[in-house]
Parts: sequence; structure tokens; C-alpha cells
Amino acid sequence: MGEMEALRKEADNLKDQITEARKVVQDTTLQEAVAGTALVGRVQLKTRKTLRGHLAKIYAMHWGTDTKFCVSASQDGKLIVWDTLTTNKVNAIPLKSSWVMTCAYAPSGNMVACGGLDNMCSIYNLKGKDGNVKVMRELAAHTGYLSCCRFLSDSEIITSSGDCTCVLWDIETGTEKTIFAGHLGDCMSLAVSPDFKMFISGACDFTAKLWDIREATCRQTFSGHESDINAIGFFPNGNAVITGSDDATCKLYDLRADQELVTYQDSGIMCGVTSLAPSLSGRLLLAGYDDFNVNIWDMLKAERVGVLAGHDNRVSCIGVSSDGMACCTGSWDSFLKIWN
Amino acid sequence: MSSKMQSSNNTAHARRAVQQLRIEASIERIKVSKASADLMHYCGEHAKYDPLLMGIPASENPFKDKKPCTIL
Repeated sequence: MGEMEALRKEADNLKDQITEARKVVQDTTLQEAVAGTALVGRVQLKTRKTLRGHLAKIYAMHWGTDTKFCVSASQDGKLIVWDTLTTNKVNAIPLKSSWVMTCAYAPSGNMVACGGLDNMCSIYNLKGKDGNVKVMRELAAHTGYLSCCRFLSDSEIITSSGDCTCVLWDIETGTEKTIFAGHLGDCMSLAVSPDFKMFISGACDFTAKLWDIREATCRQTFSGHESDINAIGFFPNGNAVITGSDDATCKLYDLRADQELVTYQDSGIMCGVTSLAPSLSGRLLLAGYDDFNVNIWDMLKAERVGVLAGHDNRVSCIGVSSDGMACCTGSWDSFLKIWN
Repeated sequence: MSSKMQSSNNTAHARRAVQQLRIEASIERIKVSKASADLMHYCGEHAKYDPLLMGIPASENPFKDKKPCTIL
């Protein structure tokens, strides 16, 4: 038996082992466990603010931590930092490359980052001495587009790329600290665990992977989606992961049981999921779709309990503020809306 | 690339894939009943602090525009 043949056989055996081990702990299903729990009442959120100012499609938004400020990125070539309470623009940052696909707010509030078809992650210092916002670093090494980025701190950021890898960067030196390779398709989205020790990535190979940041290893891989995973997030306690896909469904995977617990789907929904965010308690899942709507799901009962209809084009991004008080949606219609 | 290099690349790739599968096969797993119970418990404990779930009284909603009062 050649080595390739032996390796293929061993890989198949291991995959069977994993399938078996997951079955062994499947003593019930989430649906059975929540049978006695009442469905959440209908959730009706209203648009409280509309943030106007971008001149083209909005591709990404991210709330600051412990603040009502958020940052948005549009292919009009601008990054805008908004005070969502007043709708004032705190900063309007012109970008070198207008082909931006992602943006992020540092937890400290001192920096924002963005990137896209330029294959780079640009870091901007919001608190420069002369009050001007300037590029602080350009993190260049990816050989594909930057799909997502998230700060760990003012000195470290994680990026995901169309080159199928994720990278942990040292912002100070502008160098790659760790390359996370393993996905077999473009990495589309990433999310950092609440304790900042892990992150998850969703990719065009239809899988989500859990990575240990310091050990630099992939701990677990979750399959089941039938198309690209565009959006990913942690359940608030860090023990579960939610994914959103072009297959029109979202899925909840439990990390400790190492398997999918439930799929959020409806025969009436036939378009892809672009973005998602859990509410503060994790009970509600807000997901943005290609059909211009946001569907609100009861995360335990897996039923739709609300819809946010207000955009005139695809909802491309969504986020819930860190105090859970508001949800922000960004759209290809060039507007952001604040709902609660 | 010569076919020898190609095949040793393929072998290296296959070895890495097997190594990764070994890591993923070896993890400890908890029962779905416990995982579900923990998720339900977390939701239950934090529901009352979830503004989008519980609703926000108008007077406590910083995003709600205060309507001007007219004195009749």
C-alpha cells in the first residue's frame, strides 16, 4: 500500500471515529431539551436612528466596546465613526483603497482597522496628537482579499482572508505572529471568544474552525452547511458558535459537545445569510439576509419571532452594542439603522 | 513543478490532514443534554438583563427621541 493510500485510509478512519464520538454523546437534542420552554413573544424593534452619509454600499460595521460609537465601511472609500445617539460623524476617514470589505473597532476605542481587495489590513489611530486620523500601520502579507478583522488589543489583531488563512499580527512591528492555515476555501468571517483565548473562522469550504490563539492550533472543525459560511459569532458564554451561510440557514454548534445542536431555517427563506449577531443573553439571534431583511430567531426554540424590514437593499452587516441596548444594521442601500 | 515534487507535496498535505484529524478526534466531549441545559440556564439567568428581549421603557431608552410637550 503506497503512503498516500495509507494516509487516505487513516483519514477516513479518523473521520468515522469523530462521527461516532459525536453520536455517543448525543443522548438528546436541543429541540427535545427545550420542549417545555415557552417560545419568546413576538419581538418588534423600531428604527430609532438612521445614519446617513455614506455614498455607496456599506459592507461592514462594528460597535465599539462599552460605547455608543460604531465604525462603518463603505465602497465610497470612507470609514466613518458615528456617535449613534446623536447620529453625528465623529470621524470620516478617507481610504487609500475604496474596495473595503471589513472594519473593526479596537476594544480600547483608540484605533479602527479596515481592509478588502487591497489584501491589506490598515490600522488607523483615532487619538493622534494633532487630532488628525492617520494610517498607523499597513499589515501586508495576505495573498488574497481581507474579509474580516478583529482587534485583540491595541497591539494585536486577527485577520481572515480569501487566501484561506487567518493571521495574528503584531501591530507594533507590522509582522505576522501566527498563520492559521487549514481551511480549504476563502475565509469569510471570524469572531473572537469572550475570553480572548480562541477565535472561530467561517469559510467557503462550508466549515467553521475553532482556533487556539496562543497554541496556534485548530482545535475543532464543524461541518454541515451546504454552502459558503459568510457570518460567524460566539454565543455570549463562549461555549457555542453560530454560523450563517449562503445555504439560507444559520446553525448553532456547541463547542464542548463538538456538534451542531440546531439549524435555523424556514421554507420561506431561500436567500443567503450575510451577517449575524446574538442579543445580550443569547436568547435572540439577529441575522441579516440577501432579501433586504433581518430575521430574529428564538435561539433555543429555533423559530422566527420577528423581522426587521427597513432597508432597500441587502443587509450586509449587523451588530448588537456591548450593553445589548441596540442593534445596528448596515446595508447596500448606503444607510445604517439603529433598532431597539 | 515536476511530478515528484507534486506527489511529495500531496503526501505532506495528506500527512498534515491526518495529524489535524488526530487532534480533533482526541478531544473530550460532553453530553448534548448537559450542553443544552447549560445554554438554557445561561439564557434564563441573563434574560432580565437583555434589553432587546425584555423591551426598553421609553424613559430609559437613550435612542428614543424625546417628543416635545405642548402646554395646552
